[in-house]
Amino acid sequence: MKNRLKVLRAERDWTQAQLAIELEVSRQTVNAIEKGKFDPSLPLAFKAARLFNLAIEDIFQDEIKS
Amino acid sequence: MSKLKTGSSDWAASNARNTIRLGYWTAAWVVTMAVANFGPRFIWQFNESLTVIAILINLAIGFGMIVAHKHHLKGLDEMHQKIQLEAMALSLGVGLVVGLAYSNLDVTNIIAFDAEISQLFILMGLTYGAGIFIGRRRFR
Repeated sequence: MKNRLKVLRAERDWTQAQLAIELEVSRQTVNAIEKGKFDPSLPLAFKAARLFNLAIEDIFQDEIKS
Repeated sequence: MSKLKTGSSDWAASNARNTIRLGYWTAAWVVTMAVANFGPRFIWQFNESLTVIAILINLAIGFGMIVAHKHHLKGLDEMHQKIQLEAMALSLGVGLVVGLAYSNLDVTNIIAFDAEISQLFILMGLTYGAGIFIGRRRFR
């Protein structure tokens, strides 16, 4: 799963640590999600969407090409 | 820039408290295990009642440690829960398979020495540690 978390975070000038505090996860988890190494659960994806005021699909995209 | 919380979160503080609590329970369990194990020989000269009391205290603190571990795991974020789950699954699987194979070697007298349960725990501890290390590297 691809995501725009790093871009959205950079646009707001937030650090990984700040984002981790908001999402109530560790900084390592934010880093792993940004790198695409760990796919977040649906509740965590919703939390990120609420934080950025976006829809989930505006942040996370399925990598399967049609 | 939107306003964000600064410093550490309630979640991180609660997580740290859970880790410290687990550390205390584990230390208490190790100490009571040592007392129950060495006490009969070195402290109370094999008094059976004291030995039973020491074992029951160790058992009770062991259950406390299990509860503390459960709280610790529930407090972790989802990626660290996944790392823990995979490490524990690896440890349990290797412990079961290698432990029983090792026991078979002992029962059939293929090895000259006795298979001790402590060796199984050392194996499981090392496998768990390796599992945590691999998991953390994988998601780095």
